Amino acid sequence: MMNRKIFGGIGATLTSLAVSTAAFAQDATPTVDKGDTAWMMTSTVLVFLMILPGLALFYGGLTRSKNMLSTMTQIGAAASLAMLIWVMYGYSMAFGEGGNAFVAGFGKAFLAGVTPDSVSGTIPEYVFACFQMTFAAITVALVLGSTVERIKFSAVMVFAAVWLTIVYFPIAHMVWAPTGYFFGLGALDYAGGTVVHINAGVSALVAAIILGKRKGFPAEPMPPHSLTLTMVGTGLLWVGWFGFNAGSALSANGAASLAMINTFVATASAGLFWMLAERLAGHKGSALGFCSGVVAGLVAVTPAAGNSGPFGAIVLGAVASIICFFAVSKLKPMLGYDDALDAFGVHGIGGIVGAIGTGIVYAPSLGGPGKADFAIGTQLVIQIEAVLATVVLATVGTVIAIFIAKAVTGLRVTPEVEADGLDIGEHGERAYN
Amino acid sequence: MKFIIAIIKPFKLDEVREALGGIGVAGMTVSEVKGFGRQKGQTEIYRGAEYSTNMLPKVKIEVAAPDDLAPKIVETIQQVASTEAIGDGKIFVLDLASAVRIRTGEAGDTAL
Repeated sequence: MMNRKIFGGIGATLTSLAVSTAAFAQDATPTVDKGDTAWMMTSTVLVFLMILPGLALFYGGLTRSKNMLSTMTQIGAAASLAMLIWVMYGYSMAFGEGGNAFVAGFGKAFLAGVTPDSVSGTIPEYVFACFQMTFAAITVALVLGSTVERIKFSAVMVFAAVWLTIVYFPIAHMVWAPTGYFFGLGALDYAGGTVVHINAGVSALVAAIILGKRKGFPAEPMPPHSLTLTMVGTGLLWVGWFGFNAGSALSANGAASLAMINTFVATASAGLFWMLAERLAGHKGSALGFCSGVVAGLVAVTPAAGNSGPFGAIVLGAVASIICFFAVSKLKPMLGYDDALDAFGVHGIGGIVGAIGTGIVYAPSLGGPGKADFAIGTQLVIQIEAVLATVVLATVGTVIAIFIAKAVTGLRVTPEVEADGLDIGEHGERAYN
Repeated sequence: MKFIIAIIKPFKLDEVREALGGIGVAGMTVSEVKGFGRQKGQTEIYRGAEYSTNMLPKVKIEVAAPDDLAPKIVETIQQVASTEAIGDGKIFVLDLASAVRIRTGEAGDTAL
């Protein structure tokens, strides 16, 4: 029970699964809870909604109109590839039996041994595998935010396959499998702030730097072509995120309800605080600012969803939003990298703030669910350790994956295709006729 | 015959159209255009990236009219479209050599 509280989320249920497996000889077969299963099937499709059409619209609206279809197609195709790889060997690498602290064994490759009767915690294992599948799919899609408008479609596909294999599956195992490295450290990560957001954000930055800037960046104006669609995508992301965060309880219970309320209030706070930061910087409070704040808040509350009280979550959302605002509007121009849609500025930075902040808001003195003897200092060290390890793994893995994609596909479209837009150049279509 | 081109503020279009209808103008062509004059552009900011656009959206109205009606049209557009601020637009008047109604083949004033 103590483990459940500390690790929260996905890890907790796996722990209880491990416990129940150990006790299997004496006890009855693990049984499926219908309420939990119904909620987890719902959560799974909610996370899928975050990708298609949520992220596709959010990112698509931010690109120029000549790259709209390319952006959305890259997201859909990379997510689909992730699903296929997931059932082939991804699930086994992350959640299979055996292996070590960094990766599980290949015993469940091609879902070997998984049947409709297999149970994971209180839900069918197929549901657990699908839920986790959507996480892998959205993470690789998030990375693409930094590379749009210039990366080849073929390069996206090669990168996605390699990156999932050498970066995502191992990190997912380390964080969520009871034998995993971060799990052993005792890092608090409710719904995947490190696995999904820091990982995607840092990988996006590395990929963007190797790929190079878009032609004309930053001198040429590259305004978003439809903030209307971006706003629609933002709404779908927020709605879908309830599956992501509250679903990470892996059951329909009180922990899920805490994750749910935090996903409301941290996000609301972050949306408003981004606009406030804009005002304080002398600009107008903007629609894109609101959308950016909402996503920054969702990212930051991901590790904290079941590990914070509602008021801790509100503060965490506000702080993450303000820091992300400075990252995208000041840090990026200062350093000059072309993270086209700010995947690093929002997901990377927001994820890091969230991961570290979770070590603070977990404290019972701040309304968090931690035990009375919870020590913020000790936990912060663990949180920072997990963040740094993720940054290193994501960086090294992305360098390898991008260079493999470059060797196989050439990585970048020709200057002519870039000028005409990737919709026509890569897909032979236009978004708007 | 005269050919009148007026560049006006977009929100004035309905008022101008109504006023011209009132003085007997039977048809016009309208397009959304961009341009610049004395009016300064506007600044757009997306996540801190500032873009100043020097082209502002305007509406272009084209009307072909008999010689006697043309001065009245110009006067009406000028009065209705004015907000007495820079950026209200301009009116150009050209001589029109000929006009043909495609359906019937009628030419000259009767084609208008």
